This record gives sequence, structure tokens and C-alpha cells, in this order.
Amino acid sequence: MEKKLKVAALKDGTVIDHIPADKLFKVVQILHLDNCINQITLANNLESKKIGLKGLVKIADRALAENETNKLALVCPDAKINIIRDFEVVEKRPLILPDEIREVIQCANPNCITNHQPVVTRFYVLKEENQIRLKCRYCEREVKAEEVKIK
Amino acid sequence: MSKNSLVSISDYSKEEILSILDSAADFEAHPNRRTLEGKVIATLFFEPSTRTRLSFETAVIRLGGSIIGFSDAATSSSSKGETLNDTIHMVSSYADAIVMRHPLEGASRYAAEISPVPVINAGDGANQHPSQTLLDLYSILKTQGTLENLNICLAGDLKYGRTVHSLIMAMSHFNPTFRFIAPDELKMPDEYKIFCKKHGIKYTESAELTDNFNDADILYMTRVQRERFQDLMEYERVKNVYTLKNEMLGNSKPGLRILHPLPRVTEIDTDVDSNEKAYYFQQAQNGLYVRQAIVSKVLQQQ
Repeated sequence: MEKKLKVAALKDGTVIDHIPADKLFKVVQILHLDNCINQITLANNLESKKIGLKGLVKIADRALAENETNKLALVCPDAKINIIRDFEVVEKRPLILPDEIREVIQCANPNCITNHQPVVTRFYVLKEENQIRLKCRYCEREVKAEEVKIK
Repeated sequence: MSKNSLVSISDYSKEEILSILDSAADFEAHPNRRTLEGKVIATLFFEPSTRTRLSFETAVIRLGGSIIGFSDAATSSSSKGETLNDTIHMVSSYADAIVMRHPLEGASRYAAEISPVPVINAGDGANQHPSQTLLDLYSILKTQGTLENLNICLAGDLKYGRTVHSLIMAMSHFNPTFRFIAPDELKMPDEYKIFCKKHGIKYTESAELTDNFNDADILYMTRVQRERFQDLMEYERVKNVYTLKNEMLGNSKPGLRILHPLPRVTEIDTDVDSNEKAYYFQQAQNGLYVRQAIVSKVLQQQ
């Protein structure tokens, strides 16, 4: 009951739930929600049994593209995507990093060809020792997932 | 994209590396052949280089092929703003293979993706220089008789030195033990240490070059490269830290050989040159045979 008062219900669209509170505005930024014309509800610092304080994003009448879920998987891998149709959750989708991420990451190496020529970036996702690293296909440099620049 | 490109040493399996070294030995015995007759090889050097360009061009000419290209980006259309994409498309319609050096990292992988003819990476910024790695391996094999179970000391600029990074990757097939000797500012980056751990390769690190290479079979020296520094103050601070002197070699193994990708500046004293353990000039000569083997392989003219 209390939850309903805080966050308005969504008829159709996407809910991104269990965003760590300190990542909410990062999510707003990488999904370019500041330029989104759909109805958006943002909530932050909601109590969560799982993660302490959480953020929540509801976007009406919009599904997330693969590019966008890849970005989210980098920023808040434990967030959950709920697809809503007619007020019902029709699908719960965990965020899974693919083996390769195209386009959405900017290489952190200023001498990488992708920062100088019109090249679509490609990063390999390396999962090792509880750490996710991303390796640029071109300059072959690796960065930790939490340090990547997202376009 | 051509499947035969050589961009990174990791493009080659252990078997392919060994077959290149075999073929290089063959070329050393008989360097002049006409196997590339009628073939045109483009050498695109967007960044100057003496040894690499001349040895690739000599390799092609000794095999009867012809060369087109440029040795300085200022004399190419890239100085007019042409994209690499356009240059590669144009050149690949003239030549049977492209040898390319470029100041930007990843340029060769990109060129190999868009080129219908094979691309050989002759150095892309601080990233990869696989023909150098293969000639290093050839020199190690020739002087030690094997690549297996060797003690290898890498000294100097281990942070920006692409040759040492590629050497670690290539040697990972042969159970080496490494010692990394570098000042703190130029230490081996974590990703290569992670690579070693993942491949079960033993390594130790030291900050000073003394005579701490006495158990080594190979001492691989590198130059502290001014052009890799963003901060020239840092360069001034570290450039003279490492100088190998003849007197430091007294207790080293008789079979030790000193390698250096050249050009050398101050990191090896000229009094080392006459020591039989100095091998860097022969190493540079080996580059010719290895590049003959590489060009032949990418054009499948072996």
C-alpha cells in the first residue's frame, strides 16, 4: 500500500527496478531520459530488503533496445527489468552482459583508432576472478567494467 | 576482410608461430628466391620507421615482388584529411598485400577488417608489432636452441613497451619464467600480470637493474620511448635509470644473450657491443628472414 502511494502505477512500458540508489542518475544519463518524450517516473532512496536503498525508473510505452540493456548491465548488473502490459508484469528480465558489446562504449584510450576515425567500437567482455573487464577489439586495452565510458 | 592478416601475435597459434620460425630458418639459408614475382606489396608508413620498413621492403624485393607506398604520412592523402577507410580501400585495389605502420592503436585491426587483401601490422602505436615479436622468438630459438623453459628478464620500459607485451603473449606457449625489471613509473601493467597468472607463468618483479639477471638465458632490454610519454617531466626522470654496462655481465650465464628491439639510446653502453653475449645487431638481421616468412605466409606463397 505504502509503495503504491510513492510510485504511480504503469499501464504499458518498462520498469527498471533494484537500481542501487547511487546509480539512478547514471541510468538516467546513459538511457538519455532527459531527451525522452515518454512519461517517466523516477524514484530514489526507496527501501529495499535486497540492496538497502534503491532507485526505480518507469518509462511508459517504451521497450528497451539491446544496446540499452547492455549499458544497464554495465552500470547496475543486479537491476531487474520488468515489462508491463495492461498493469501486469508480463516479463521479468535479468540483465546479462553479452560476450561482445558494440557501439555503446567509448574506448578510454585517447590513442585508440576508434577515437579518431568513424569506427563502431567493439569490446569483448572478459569475466574473470569476480571481476568483469572489457577489452577493446582494436587497441586491445582492457578496462574494468566500472571504469568504462558509456556513450 | 582477409583471413590471412597478421595484426596481433595472438592471431597465431603455437603451431603457426613454429611454422613461421621454421620457414624463417629456410629463408636464412636461401634468402633470394622469386616466389613473389608479379606481386605488389604496399608499405604504408603513417609513422616513420627505418628498420621495419627497410627490412619488409628488402624481404619483398629479395623474393621478386615489387613495392609501392609511402614512408611518411605527410606525403600521403591522409595529410589532406582522407580517412584510413578510404586509403585502405584505394590501396587494396592496387596491391596484393598491405604492410602498415600507424601511430594510432587499433589502426591495423580496423584496416584488416575493411581490406580485401591481407594486412600485416608493422606497429600500431603502443599496441602490437607482431613481426618484431616473431623475430625476437626466432633470435631466442637460434641462440638457445629451444623456446621451452627459458628464464627471460625483461628490463626497461615495461609499461609502454609493446615488444615486451607481445613477447609475453607469444612465450606463453613455451613455459617461460619471467623477471620484470622496471622503475615504478614504467612497471608491467596489471593486465599482463593477470595474463601470466591465468596461463600459469611464473614471474618476479624488481625495480633496479643491477646484476639480478644472473640466472637468465635472455636479457631483453627496451628503450624508454620519449614519444610514448604524455608528461615529458616523467620522461626526463626515468630515461637514464637503466643502463646496462659490460661490467654487470661478469656473473651471467655463458649462454646469456642480450636482445634489444633497437633503436638503442642510453640503455646499453657501447662497451657491451663487443661482448659475445650482445646479440641485438644479429637480432635485427634476423628480422629480414622472419619478414620473408611472414609475407610468404600471408600471400600463401610458401
